[in-house]
Amino acid sequence: MELYGYRRSDGSVGVRNHVIVLPVDDISNAACEAVASKIAGTVALPHAYGRLQYGKDLDLHFRTMIGTGANPNVAAAIVIGIEPTWTERIVEGIAATGKPVAGFSIERNGELEIVRQACWTAIDFVQQASEQRRERIELAELTVSIKCGESDTTTGLGSCPTVGAVVDRLVSAGATVLFGETSELTGGEHLVAARMATEELREAFLAAYDGYVSEIAAGGVDLLGSQPTQGNIAGGLSTIEEKALGNIQKTGTFPVVGVLEPAGRPSGDRGLYFMDTSSAAAECITLMAAAGAVVHFFPTGQGNIIGNPIEPVIKLTANSLTAATMSEHIDLDVSGLLTRDLRLSEAADQLLELLCRTVNGRLTAAEALGHREFVMTKLYRSA
Amino acid sequence: MHKALAHNQGDDVAVAVAAISAGEEILVVYIDDDVEQTIRARADVPYGHKLALQPLSAGAPVTEYSTQVGVARTDIELGDYVHTHNVKTARW
Repeated sequence: MELYGYRRSDGSVGVRNHVIVLPVDDISNAACEAVASKIAGTVALPHAYGRLQYGKDLDLHFRTMIGTGANPNVAAAIVIGIEPTWTERIVEGIAATGKPVAGFSIERNGELEIVRQACWTAIDFVQQASEQRRERIELAELTVSIKCGESDTTTGLGSCPTVGAVVDRLVSAGATVLFGETSELTGGEHLVAARMATEELREAFLAAYDGYVSEIAAGGVDLLGSQPTQGNIAGGLSTIEEKALGNIQKTGTFPVVGVLEPAGRPSGDRGLYFMDTSSAAAECITLMAAAGAVVHFFPTGQGNIIGNPIEPVIKLTANSLTAATMSEHIDLDVSGLLTRDLRLSEAADQLLELLCRTVNGRLTAAEALGHREFVMTKLYRSA
Repeated sequence: MHKALAHNQGDDVAVAVAAISAGEEILVVYIDDDVEQTIRARADVPYGHKLALQPLSAGAPVTEYSTQVGVARTDIELGDYVHTHNVKTARW
């Protein structure tokens, strides 16, 4: 299938053409939502943070904000913050891509005045975006993210191996693929470590993994109940190791060519990358979209219904009960893998075709249902 | 028609891909080599849950995907229902 996407001025390739209204901080959500409710074709990305953050947590906040605006699925961005300094920092970061971006700050102006100004700019941006045309693109130009959720035993038997087979095809074709979920690799971290392309990467991966797991252990808590989740256990998963080994099926078989910090951008080489992320779906996908991923594969067992405001999330399940009872959320039913009516290569063909149709503009179930979960990762409490 | 799938030869557990009743004789298929095995279930096993492919002693490692996925909490018999009541993580 021929692929068509949006070529951005920095050379990146998107599959959607969003005009986003991005709050710098929690108290600017209302202004962003006001703009998005007035100007058709804009989407607000409200979130809970952005005040009194410091150190690495603040760095991650900026990286996520800038990365979200810079994502190739975003045609233009309006940034609204309470004060000008942090607002401008995000505007400048996004402007480096060459796309239209404008910042507004509420202090000394008032919210109503800022909403009025931002609405005028938003009209200009949506009109510019509406004249952009899809052009022929190649699979190799895509950055695809993967993360599963509400896993159960069917995930490891069916939906994750299907994604793994497609990931291998994408990496073979020269595309870039991001996976993460640091704590959910527990039990299979040695298998991931062994796939790192260099000794340096292996050390970087293990440092990220050990850091995350020590952080959990420092809490002195038994994670049975949150890892695996109650949903995982109801679905038949007994331990974090079993969950992880199912999860890892979706990474395919290629070596890992990079280890990324949260929301870190792949640098140069195409291929399979690991990103140090939470395993919570919205946090993880938000970070991956901020790293430039333009389409996401989401295998689910019990039925996680996650979406993202800028990145289409393609959901597949091998659980026939989930496919039957939650079909509005499921883009691809691969439960035939468990009855052995469907071969893995056939399931992979179907998923790759669905990827191509989604790239070309088909709305995913999550997009049609209006799922726009945008969740910033917070490393520690604010000052 | 099979009622359970095992990932790899040598695994200690298989996943029920249909609800299994206690006493039922069921067909298990190994995904890696398509070999079939018949076992008798000793308990009801819900869809997506596991049953033992061989006996395990309390404290023994439990293998799935040819990799350890936990430790047996109790002695487990061939055909037993295997879940959090008789398997725990080896990690925390």
